[in-house]
Amino acid sequence: MKLFPIRGGIHPDYRKELTSEKAIVALPLPAALYIPLQQHIGAPAEVLVAEGEMVKKGQMIARNQGAVSASQHAPTSGRIRTVTEVTAPHPSGLPQTTVILEPDGKDEWGELPEPIADPFAADAHAINGRVARSGIVGMGGAAFPSAIKLNLGEQKKLDTLLLNGAECEPYLTCDDRVMREYPDEIIDGARIMAHALGTPRIVICIEQNKPQAIEIMTRAASTFAAIEVIPVPVQYPMGSERHLVQAITGIETPARKLTADLGVVVHNVSTARAVHHAVRFGRPLVARVVTVSGGALREPKNILTPIGARVADLVEFCGGFSARPESVVNGGPMMGQPLPSLDVPVVKGTSGILALTAEEINDRPASACIRCGSCVTICPCGLSPVEMSAFIRKDNLEGAAKLGVMDCFSCGSCSYVCPSHVPLVHYFNYAKGALNDLERERSKNERIKTLAEVRIIRIEKATEAKRAALAARKPASDTASPGNSPSSNSDEAKAATDEKANA
Amino acid sequence: MSIATVKKSGPFAHGTSSVQKTMFLVLLALTPATVFNLYLFGWPAILLFAVTVGACVAVEAGCLALAGKPVKVTLADCSAILTGWLLAMSLPPWAPWWIGVLGAIFAIALAKHAFGGLGQNVFNPAMVGRTVMLISFPVAMTIWVAPHPLFSAGAPGLFEAFAITFGGNVPDTMSAASALGHIKTELSRGIPVTQSMAQVPDLMDMTLGYRAGSMGETSLLLILAGGLFLMAKRIISWHIPVSMMGSLFLIAALFHAIDPARFTSGTFHLVSGATFLGAFFIATDYVTSPVSKSGQLIFGIGVGLLTWSIRNFAGYPEGMAFAVLLMNSLSPIIDQYTRPRAFGRNRKGEPLPLEKKP
Ligand code: SF4
Ligand code: SF4
Repeated sequence: MKLFPIRGGIHPDYRKELTSEKAIVALPLPAALYIPLQQHIGAPAEVLVAEGEMVKKGQMIARNQGAVSASQHAPTSGRIRTVTEVTAPHPSGLPQTTVILEPDGKDEWGELPEPIADPFAADAHAINGRVARSGIVGMGGAAFPSAIKLNLGEQKKLDTLLLNGAECEPYLTCDDRVMREYPDEIIDGARIMAHALGTPRIVICIEQNKPQAIEIMTRAASTFAAIEVIPVPVQYPMGSERHLVQAITGIETPARKLTADLGVVVHNVSTARAVHHAVRFGRPLVARVVTVSGGALREPKNILTPIGARVADLVEFCGGFSARPESVVNGGPMMGQPLPSLDVPVVKGTSGILALTAEEINDRPASACIRCGSCVTICPCGLSPVEMSAFIRKDNLEGAAKLGVMDCFSCGSCSYVCPSHVPLVHYFNYAKGALNDLERERSKNERIKTLAEVRIIRIEKATEAKRAALAARKPASDTASPGNSPSSNSDEAKAATDEKANA
Repeated sequence: MSIATVKKSGPFAHGTSSVQKTMFLVLLALTPATVFNLYLFGWPAILLFAVTVGACVAVEAGCLALAGKPVKVTLADCSAILTGWLLAMSLPPWAPWWIGVLGAIFAIALAKHAFGGLGQNVFNPAMVGRTVMLISFPVAMTIWVAPHPLFSAGAPGLFEAFAITFGGNVPDTMSAASALGHIKTELSRGIPVTQSMAQVPDLMDMTLGYRAGSMGETSLLLILAGGLFLMAKRIISWHIPVSMMGSLFLIAALFHAIDPARFTSGTFHLVSGATFLGAFFIATDYVTSPVSKSGQLIFGIGVGLLTWSIRNFAGYPEGMAFAVLLMNSLSPIIDQYTRPRAFGRNRKGEPLPLEKKP
């Protein structure tokens, strides 16, 4: 199949050899699991259990609420110690409502929903419902509730399910291992998803630096004509949804549109495997494979981890630190987030935990930009980091916004190549945050303004009506104009919808 | 356990490039051509080279100290050495010492630090130094000498070299005209190019560098080798050198075809003067050239065309430095108009129309 080039990108030091040959091993059950109610993009789930309650593995302990949300399930059997606030795995270090579960060691499955006997005969709703009920979110890192993405078939005409096995982030090998060890589960999950989406075609993209995975997946897919395994060039950030779709279709997803508008839906390979478990066995998402790696770790591993195990548990399982880690990162080194502490839990979107030494990070103090232009050449979004950062440094956020800073997805390529070590991504994250705040402030003000206007209109209408009533009463009662009141009603109705829209 | 340092955002991986490394590689690439030319022009050239580079470093240190910036750390980026090096290479090899020192002051203090230091300057510092010297001291800046290789018969010894560099005594017998200068003078006397070309060194000598000229510009082969090295190391890209030399060659060839008596050939323009040095080492200066590749193409074409125009129509036989400075002033504007197109948007920044797959 013909591949299309993507713009920019870099070739970082991949260091995947630290874990690529490490078969997946299961983490011994820790003393307690910490399950945050919000592990995904969207609203937190609503807790269903109380202190002291005994739960079984797979039992729903928090239900999704709102349009975008995902439920949580007990990763093992045990007793609910408490529901409380615990530091979230996010650089802010803010606390989050978390269910703390003490495993009883039996690891006993509870009652699970019946397997869907023939998923290819089932309708899309049944499958999406099962995926939603199983708390599955995108496991590549973004953690967007998968059922919503599987529903796209209802609104748009889709032709391709693209399974993302690119794994372009350095160090991470969890998808690589899952593809090598469970190819049939992935293929089955992908076929079920394609069926739910109504896409006739499945494309599985794997970066060429994973030859075994490519071979094994190709073999596993060979019996299905609709599935194609496509080796894609090793080029960070090839695994970005939009760039991968461009590599396959040659089309850039227009700004503010989704890849689904081009007919392509992208899911991670591990997500497909989770769908297989949910549909074929009724098992919810309660564990995932995490690459625990980095130069500061004594023994890097790929670990099958129950959701809610603390990072400290994983580190201990890897023999602890052999050197002082300069940073501990949640995710890959390019787009991952620094962790505030080792006490945070592994969540559904945690693809990697990296303990990196200062030499690996190789950050140095920033010096003056020498306008070398490297950042412009490699930006996969076609932005001009050098100019945007110059604006942001002068606190000209509007200027940076005009140059497209909101289109930046913080892939980190520019910071990676900058010879002056200008903290470009840091600037952009700051600017995006500040611009978002401004925008929120603006819409809030507008809303207040609308509310105030609505109130004025209402008062005016009321006085008008009063006056009309007075005037009507004076001469004769039959001249009262009835035309006024419906119109005022409809005005208010409109204002009320405006209010809602602004809310 | 908590980790002591949760610092700025990612990435938590960085490439190995650094400003110092970049500058060092450029110096390395310049070395063969420099060594050859220092050999070719002997002790006076070596003295002037040392004085110029030394002066640039000294002025840089002074400016940094005055501005309250860290002196040692910043000097280590090698940018002052590179500026001094390039300035020296653009001077007549037997020019007096004060040309190097004054040039250094203009290059470093005025063109660089007055604008805010490394990365902030609009104009190429070395070319500012050279151009100001040329305008202020046209005589001292146009005394060319024929090659006098070190230790060859007739070459000045170290002692005589001191008299030349620090005493300003260039023996008349040793001076020679540069090829570009020769053609220009002859033209002004009414002698057509077709005739005057007979006296310039042949293509072989021009290419190997056995000719009169600025201290570092004569050896095309070695400069080309250095330029290719930088390209292989991805320090520079082909865009500026190719577009600059290409446009210079094409316009020269075109006019040569129209009027060979008045205009020299494209090849002659390529091999003479500072074309090679300019294309690979001067116009490619990061700070003062556009950041995007398309901008660099425009920039290179501009330098090429302006160089040719100045060589043919202005009072100076060589126009590379002027051309670079003129285009430097346009870099910010070129940058503005050659921004890459953002992903998923058209050039105006609007979202692309939705295109269905074929
Ligand atoms: S990569 Fe760094 S030094 Fe080069 S232009 Fe961009 S910000 Fe400046
Ligand atoms: S972090 Fe943003 S600006 Fe930098 S290369 Fe990636 S998309 Fe471009």
